[in-house]
Amino acid sequence: MGKREDIKKTYKLYIGGKFPRTESGRYIKWTDPKNSTYVNVCRGSRKDFRNSVVAARNAFTDWSSRTAYNRSQILYRIGEMLEGKRSQFMDELMLQGASKNAAENEINRAIDRLIYYAGWADKYQQLFSRVNPVAAPYFNFTYTEPTGVVAAIAPDDSSLVGLVSIMAPIIAGGNTVVLLASELKPLCSISFAEVLHTSDVPAGVVNILTGYRDELIEHFSTHMDVNSIVYCGNDPDDIKTIQENAALNVKRPVVYADEDWMDQKNQGPYHILNNLESKTTWHPIGL
Amino acid sequence: MAKASPTLEFDTDWEYSSAPESTDHIQIKPQNELFINGDFVVPSDGNYFDTINPASEKTLSKVGHATADDVDKAVKAARKAVKGPWSKMDGAERGKYIFRIARLIQEKAREFAVIESMDGGKPIRESRDVDIPLVSAHFFYYAGWADKLEYAFPGKDTTPIGVAGQIIPWNFPLLMAAWKIAPALATGNAVVLKPAETTPLTALKLAEVLQEADLPPGVVNIITGAGKTGQAIVDHPDVDKIAFTGSTEVGKMIMRAVAGTGKRYTLELGGKAANIIFEDAPIDQAVEGIVNSIFFNQGHVCCAGSRLFVQESIADTIISKLKDRMETLIIGDPLDKNTDIGAINSKMQLDKIKMYVKLGQKEGGTIHQSSYSLPKKGFWYAPTLFTDVSQSHRVVQEEIFGPVLAIQTFRTVDEVITKANNIPYGLSGGVWTDKGSKIFKISKAVRAGVVWANTFNKFDPSSPFGGYKESGMGREGGLEGLMPYVNLV
Repeated sequence: MGKREDIKKTYKLYIGGKFPRTESGRYIKWTDPKNSTYVNVCRGSRKDFRNSVVAARNAFTDWSSRTAYNRSQILYRIGEMLEGKRSQFMDELMLQGASKNAAENEINRAIDRLIYYAGWADKYQQLFSRVNPVAAPYFNFTYTEPTGVVAAIAPDDSSLVGLVSIMAPIIAGGNTVVLLASELKPLCSISFAEVLHTSDVPAGVVNILTGYRDELIEHFSTHMDVNSIVYCGNDPDDIKTIQENAALNVKRPVVYADEDWMDQKNQGPYHILNNLESKTTWHPIGL
Repeated sequence: MAKASPTLEFDTDWEYSSAPESTDHIQIKPQNELFINGDFVVPSDGNYFDTINPASEKTLSKVGHATADDVDKAVKAARKAVKGPWSKMDGAERGKYIFRIARLIQEKAREFAVIESMDGGKPIRESRDVDIPLVSAHFFYYAGWADKLEYAFPGKDTTPIGVAGQIIPWNFPLLMAAWKIAPALATGNAVVLKPAETTPLTALKLAEVLQEADLPPGVVNIITGAGKTGQAIVDHPDVDKIAFTGSTEVGKMIMRAVAGTGKRYTLELGGKAANIIFEDAPIDQAVEGIVNSIFFNQGHVCCAGSRLFVQESIADTIISKLKDRMETLIIGDPLDKNTDIGAINSKMQLDKIKMYVKLGQKEGGTIHQSSYSLPKKGFWYAPTLFTDVSQSHRVVQEEIFGPVLAIQTFRTVDEVITKANNIPYGLSGGVWTDKGSKIFKISKAVRAGVVWANTFNKFDPSSPFGGYKESGMGREGGLEGLMPYVNLV
């Protein structure tokens, strides 16, 4: 018996529940820190992003009108699936430069975070909704609704727990999202799409792109059918660009500058609230 | 024998006698300075501008024009107040000041109402019964929050943001000042507020109330001016937060101006609300609701129901009843207690309304206007309906901010939801039907921050207000209204 050759994985994008290559045909040669392995990662384009927004918009009505219980179970299911793929993510995190210990901690934290937000998905509404005691005979209540389609630039330094920490509260709140994966460590962000794909997450609810931040940040922040832009990072020029472009259609800009996503403090219902709107309804009381 | 009573002739039109509110008891200073650090001070370059009564075009008073230097002084005073005792004060004590302000406004309610109507053109019935009562209620509501903030945001403590720069519009002058100032004070911030240039007088009267309430100097500074003054507030490096109510266009400019500065902001911007009438609606109430949705405050309302969607089967009935009702609306002297529709706030706004109506006709729309004769002097516009318009018409897509209603019809629920949401705005909406489940479906489907079901244009301090999409971000009023003024830690 001769030596068996490995089957190498093709890292692709995740758009509308499918795994296409970038329409642009471009790639980025990604090399691991030890220079032992290289991978051709898709260099996502403006058109890829626009296609993702269409997918996210199409998925929005269905996802936002699912029951909270259903969204909660799907988030839990993502956690289950990730748990089952530990070894794959261990390998990838270590290939991206993490120690065995760090990789294990990161996977644990990512799974726990999914379970954490699964639990919030049917509770934040009660925290952030209320009946208002107006001084007239009206029944007046305020409840939360998702902001809509969110474009999110995931943390560059934290490819699994960072991505999960951004994505989970956005979709727990009923939004749909287009995520730009870490440029430095793209591998497990893309593999995470495979987890999503087997977790009953409807097509288009989460879309994941790889590519250059510098190139895509403009498109993420200028698109007129995106309602909210989340940026993870502390580059002052990026932040300024995003906040300026947000003005085009009054996107809600959300900036997470220096959060350590391994830290339990950086999770909570207020992360969900960042991509929610409140709606107030009045109705007269009478015959 | 009893005297012969005058003959009552029922077959002629009756007219209302005039019933003007007296202006004897009110005091408008001939010249107003800027309110900075607890004192009224002369603007740094000594310039003043006139504020007029839009119903008569007569000058009411001269008002100080704040320069960038004056803005700087006001911001410094506010910063000093924030660093000083104000934000460290026990919440309960801070609350007492705000309660006191609410009470003083109640005591002077009549004076405030008359000045509001003189300076802005709105009917006294509205300033007396809606604006000013809501102003005191707003202060009263937020006063009570000052010592209870730990209950507002579970799991979090709050700290004040610092100095809030607040820029408000001319449609509800004192009410918008209250919406901005009350939550800022309850949370321990200090304020630099700029009223609109056409309606500065009630805000300056409020400054007198603040003095009377012994509010510590610098906690609230009120400076008058035009766009440049507002820009100086937005650009000032020591302002921590901007709260703006006004047009979407200016809101976007503010977003660009503060990008990258770390300043926080809330924006309450334009709207083009869909008011949806189903065939099972209570028809007469709906007609009254339509009148209230678009002709309230001359249509100078960001949440006005300026797009009417009527289900096809009842369209003729609704439109004909609406036309009848429009004929009975009394247009004229804002101080007359019988007046339904007052003066358009300014010549500039009147020109804009005229421009849009002309444009709508050019695009193929048909107009109907009430035949009530308009006063000669002042700025006036008759209540106006547009029919024969569709989604692509500019009078359907753009905010006119006047008494102009664009009417479209629909057949199915899905159709009207699509049409209602097919617009960049998302501030408010209305739905009229007798069926409860339909109300919930429509109010959920309409992408807007406030939905009135079988009513319209209702406001309350405990009820959050604010928009989706290009109608702004953040909420004012209610518990939600505290959020823009605190850091959660």
